[in-house]
Amino acid sequence: MPMPIPISTPPLLEARGLTKFYGDRLGCRDVSFDIREGEVLAIVGESGSGKSTLLSLLSGQLPASAGEVLYRTRAGEIRDLAALSEAERRFLFRTDWGFVHQDAARGLRMGVSAGGNVGERLMAVGARSYGAIRAKAEDWLDRVEIDPTRIDEPPTAYSGGMRQRLQIARNLVTAPRLVFMDEPTGGLDVSVQARLLDLVRRLVADMGLAVIVVTHDLAVARLLSHRIMVMKQGRVIEEGLTDRVLDDPRAAYTQLLVSSILQP
Amino acid sequence: MNAPLSPQTAPAATGYNFAYLDEQTKRMIRRALLKAVAIPGHQVPFAARDMPMPYGWGTGGIQVTAAILGSGDVLKVIDQGADDTTNAVSIRAFFQKTANVAVTTRTAEATVIQTRHRIPEKPLKAGQTLVFQVPIPEPLRFLEPRETETRVMHALADYGLMHVKLYEDIAKHGHIAKTYAYPVEVEGRYVMDPSPIPKFDNPKLSMSPALQLFGAGREKRIYALPPFTRVKSLDFEDHPFEPTRFEAPCALCGATDSYLDEVVTDDRGTRMFVCSDTDHCEERRADGHRGLLAGDDLVDTITREADVERDDGAPIVPLP
Amino acid sequence: MTHSDPVLSVEGVAKSFVMHLRGGLTIPVVGDVAFTVAAGECVVLGGPSGAGKSSILKMVWGNYGIDRGAIRVRSADRLVDVATATPREILGLRRTTMGYVSQFLRAVPRVATLDVVMEPALAQGLAETEARARAQGLLTRLNVPERLWTLPPATFSGGEQQRVNIARGLIADVDLLLLDEPTASLDAANRAVVVDLIEAKKAAGVAMLGIFHDGDVRDRVATRIVDVSAFAVREIAA
Repeated sequence: MPMPIPISTPPLLEARGLTKFYGDRLGCRDVSFDIREGEVLAIVGESGSGKSTLLSLLSGQLPASAGEVLYRTRAGEIRDLAALSEAERRFLFRTDWGFVHQDAARGLRMGVSAGGNVGERLMAVGARSYGAIRAKAEDWLDRVEIDPTRIDEPPTAYSGGMRQRLQIARNLVTAPRLVFMDEPTGGLDVSVQARLLDLVRRLVADMGLAVIVVTHDLAVARLLSHRIMVMKQGRVIEEGLTDRVLDDPRAAYTQLLVSSILQP
Repeated sequence: MNAPLSPQTAPAATGYNFAYLDEQTKRMIRRALLKAVAIPGHQVPFAARDMPMPYGWGTGGIQVTAAILGSGDVLKVIDQGADDTTNAVSIRAFFQKTANVAVTTRTAEATVIQTRHRIPEKPLKAGQTLVFQVPIPEPLRFLEPRETETRVMHALADYGLMHVKLYEDIAKHGHIAKTYAYPVEVEGRYVMDPSPIPKFDNPKLSMSPALQLFGAGREKRIYALPPFTRVKSLDFEDHPFEPTRFEAPCALCGATDSYLDEVVTDDRGTRMFVCSDTDHCEERRADGHRGLLAGDDLVDTITREADVERDDGAPIVPLP
Repeated sequence: MTHSDPVLSVEGVAKSFVMHLRGGLTIPVVGDVAFTVAAGECVVLGGPSGAGKSSILKMVWGNYGIDRGAIRVRSADRLVDVATATPREILGLRRTTMGYVSQFLRAVPRVATLDVVMEPALAQGLAETEARARAQGLLTRLNVPERLWTLPPATFSGGEQQRVNIARGLIADVDLLLLDEPTASLDAANRAVVVDLIEAKKAAGVAMLGIFHDGDVRDRVATRIVDVSAFAVREIAA
């Protein structure tokens, strides 16, 4: 999957020795990596492997027990996420970052129309023209292949696949640079998954997004990501180029994961 | 606010402290009020007391009034604009009994006006204090139920959600459907619920020479607008805030610029629209202004002076 | 470094698979592979089936890791060792320097044939119109009917998929092309087209490393044949 990767720029986000303990229990240990604009990193592993903990640490939603996450802001400053104020963190979350949840109900306001869902971030950063907000929402619904005439319907009237696409529109409307995705295709039918993945691929390429996607589905990882980190019991046990990890897995656990996929 | 700092020596009703509340409670409330005035639009928690009346009867407003009332004050109490409804009469009687203060129905004469759901039509002056009774102080409540979260949202001025609500209104109804408790932004900072006043009154909140205090008893919150605070009703550039307008003038006093209540006059559905601010309406009638249904003497007047213009400039025509 | 330096230099490369799920069984693939490919050369890997020819292509492509040795690819006056390069560097090589025509097309669902073919050219920064024109030219030459261009290739016949794959592999301007049986499922006419395309690339100075089972095609395109069985691991690790 060749997509432009600017090698000269410094990383957008860099994790160094990230470790999280919940009391005595290990969440994840000593995770380090970096990601640049235009790159998609997949974090794979089974439930309880520490993927979700890692995602929460990376997005600043959970304080790390050790290690740090550095982020390059739009102003070009390198900031330690732990040192951001709550106001700065929230500002990042509604401008420069996106978060696509597996459960659309967590990522959408289910009682608010699709247009309101997409427009919320715009209004949060000061958009005050109803017409302009609506036009932008319509444009984004169209881009995620939702009929713009359904702009006034709430997500409850949408199918599962449409809800996920609406989440994506809601997140991308402010042109973020980094998007976190937590099992974005979980629970969707296979044909619906394919459509979503294709959409994400195109948006990543068009917008030069950096994406960190957590998934247990290796097919999703292969289709979307440039690199893979395989996690087991809180540690990264293998990482590398996506096709290298999937076609020539080194670690016993990765071999087990790969050999467990059903080939159509 | 002429309240003395030392306890009142001559309580009106024996067995009660001046204005019912004990002095330590009043101090506590005054501290909350000072903080509220210092941070316009910010909700300040206070230890609301149980009052000898149920929640919903204005316990928040009454505590604020009790805390600021001095023996020299002249008190006016209105309920939806009227001085003579049960709630207004009861609260006025309460303070007459417990503080023996002078009371009035005239807006101009009052130093403290406690109100439920209206701002008087007559412009307020410097030195006057308007005390609002507030049922729900949190403007974000119905968008975000978690109090912990709404507090953070206020702290960070994270108000995108508020506009989502207005957006939804326009998408659904073609206009912002909220007609009362219409949210405002105070001095470009805090978003505030002005209590369930009609949005007609919202413009009066801004740059008022009077001090405006808001008390929510059940929810134990106080907030304030010091004199000459800029208050802006939330809106969109292409859907600007518009106060309610009435098509007909007041049926009694002919006023075209006041907030009107609908009154059903018989059991056949006959209705009339009259000023909700009873004092304002009476004062205008005393000054000779007449609406279409002001009584027989009015009809006589109209018959005699058919070319007299109404207050809105339209010629007065005789009733059929 | 001069232009006559090899574009690809494989040095002492060994590769084995360790099957952890089978008690750590080690399956050797190749040991001590060494050869070079210069610009304008088409080096064909020879040897019996199972000798590791495809594996060598995958190692050069960065798709398989290696146990030992170096795989140096010249990229804009720089030598990049695929064996030690970061994923980012390998992706960079694949975008700017290397092309790969695999035996099977791994089609992305829902992406139209024309877009599948254009993608490597666009990734190199070619303008959309020019990339489209090139893709159309290649598909026409490879006899992929125009009515198929807007459809995703997943449902095409083996031969059609193979030709889409070849078009995709050849569209970008690269210095090194890896060809894994590009003519395997083609008829004689299309085989001839592919041979012509390879000859043209060769003439343009592209270095090529390929596997061709078809002796006729091999004889026509090969500059040199490297016998992979010479690199076979003789003693199996205990």
